[in-house]
Amino acid sequence: MAVIRDIMPAFELFQPATIEDTLGLLDRYSDAWVMAGGLDSFDWIKDRIKKPKVVVELSQVAELRGIRPWNGGLEIGATTTLTEVVRHPVVKEKYNILSVGAEAAASPQIRNQGTLGGNVSQDARCWYYRSGWKCYRAGGNVCFADTPTAINREHAILGADRCVAVNPSDTAPALIALEAQMVIRSKRSGERVVDAENYFIGPGTDITRMTVLKPGELLTAIRIPATWGGAHFYFEKIRDRAVWDFPLVNIASAAVFTGDRIDRMRLAVNGVAAHPVRLKKVEDAVAGKSRNEATADMAGKIAIEGAEPLQHNGYKVPLLRNLVKRAVRGDLEATWA
Amino acid sequence: MEWAKSPYGEDVPIHVAWFLIWVSAIAGLLFLIGHAIYVKYFAKPEVYADTAPPDVVARVPARVPRHSLAARLFHWIMAAAMFTLLATAFLPKVGVQFAWVTYHWIAGIVLTLSVIYHVIHATFWLDPWSIWPNKDDVEDAKKRLKQARGEATDPPRKFAKYPLENKMYHGIIVLTGLAVILTGVFMMFRVRTGIFPRNPYLFGDMTWGWMYVLHGLAGVGLIALVMAHVYFALRPEKFDITKSMVFGTMSRKHYLENHDPLRWPPDAESSKSSKAVA
Repeated sequence: MAVIRDIMPAFELFQPATIEDTLGLLDRYSDAWVMAGGLDSFDWIKDRIKKPKVVVELSQVAELRGIRPWNGGLEIGATTTLTEVVRHPVVKEKYNILSVGAEAAASPQIRNQGTLGGNVSQDARCWYYRSGWKCYRAGGNVCFADTPTAINREHAILGADRCVAVNPSDTAPALIALEAQMVIRSKRSGERVVDAENYFIGPGTDITRMTVLKPGELLTAIRIPATWGGAHFYFEKIRDRAVWDFPLVNIASAAVFTGDRIDRMRLAVNGVAAHPVRLKKVEDAVAGKSRNEATADMAGKIAIEGAEPLQHNGYKVPLLRNLVKRAVRGDLEATWA
Repeated sequence: MEWAKSPYGEDVPIHVAWFLIWVSAIAGLLFLIGHAIYVKYFAKPEVYADTAPPDVVARVPARVPRHSLAARLFHWIMAAAMFTLLATAFLPKVGVQFAWVTYHWIAGIVLTLSVIYHVIHATFWLDPWSIWPNKDDVEDAKKRLKQARGEATDPPRKFAKYPLENKMYHGIIVLTGLAVILTGVFMMFRVRTGIFPRNPYLFGDMTWGWMYVLHGLAGVGLIALVMAHVYFALRPEKFDITKSMVFGTMSRKHYLENHDPLRWPPDAESSKSSKAVA
């Protein structure tokens, strides 16, 4: 069980100033804990659930911060704060869905400290897992949340594979909708670029990780291609507390229309599975269709195909269906702007 | 072994320590290397008693039936299931990440069904005792051991259908196979398969824990066992036996060098097949 204490446990702290130094440290200490804004890390470490011997803190690495033009789009450093993403004029103007998604995350104070890289790489919020129970995700052999008596109102309705935790990121679906690319570097294998939708992994692939990041690897930047710049965007987040909370379900879409016709659309949701889910079947089904109630209805039905609610999260099925309908109809474009 | 605290504060086992994968693989490899060196440099030639009368030997055909089509199909289906199970169980543990659970339990079902089929087929259509060690095997094994150590002894008899090593290997595979199958069937209640209703409360935490440990121990043990099996299948002096698992028959030469026609008549398999057909 979690033991909440006011002081940090002892660990060796490194604060490198360059990416090269960071990669060197991650190569040297394969079990090092990488900390960006610290908002996910401090919970784990202060609760003594995760006990890293080495922490590599990234705030001094200037190369990891900032938003710069890239190939007609943007490259956002992994430790750029969510507030910087929210306020950046080009993000607001051309990729508004990301600005809106980032602003939907947490509170202003947290957004000032929290980073985009941290937001997409944060761990699951399942309380059984975060309380230190040795569940599947923690390397054990049971899911405490997937039992008839478990408190699983916030858990997965899609893609559960032993673990039913969900990914809590608000920016992740926006990045998938924008066809973002994640730039990953390591000392041993250099640089690799992964599409945002492939950056996140489910428990079937690796039950102890949320992303493709392996020991020694660092997410250095997120690239937003020009593909969807200035498209029609939709973002909506449903949460228990309007002030600040993790999403129960959120949705992000980017679309190009000709009149009422949907030329192309990219749609991603989060909070329904262990990884953000791109709704490819919905995208294919609505392409070329009119943007109307019938299309929205069809899209909503397709979105919930295969949903398997747990004891207490059946409400997520109609919630997902209705959010998809609203996104396809475009009820409230850029709701949170 | 790895342990954890249950929600009731009880220390419960959760699974084997995964470094045992490497222990098993390395043990398997060392056995292969050790055996290969022994056979090449140290093993003394084995001499068997020639007990078969010439008229029996004369009746041995050019190709001696050894495995029926049904037995061969079982073997290869089981082998495919076993390789799939080992790959899906252990590749993710050594860094090859993929969604393995569904493939694993489907292969587990194939293995289970094929073993059930084998038990029925061997019991009613084959000679089920031919694969279990008997008194003759033990007596001959003593003589073979003396021979290997260079001590004076009467030559042992040639083998019946299966040498003692085969029988012992089969016995170990039965134990490990049953362990993974029985625990695996129950473990299917912990994942969503669509076959059983998911029920993590079927057993207590301690029982579940030991079940995972037993599944894991048998599983890592199978790494070394399968390595040994493949190694012997590829050894030149055993290759005739391997080919018989593909084509169903072995050569007259191999048969007469290694098997006693009185203990395993050359027409034994074909007469069983005709019995099965009849």
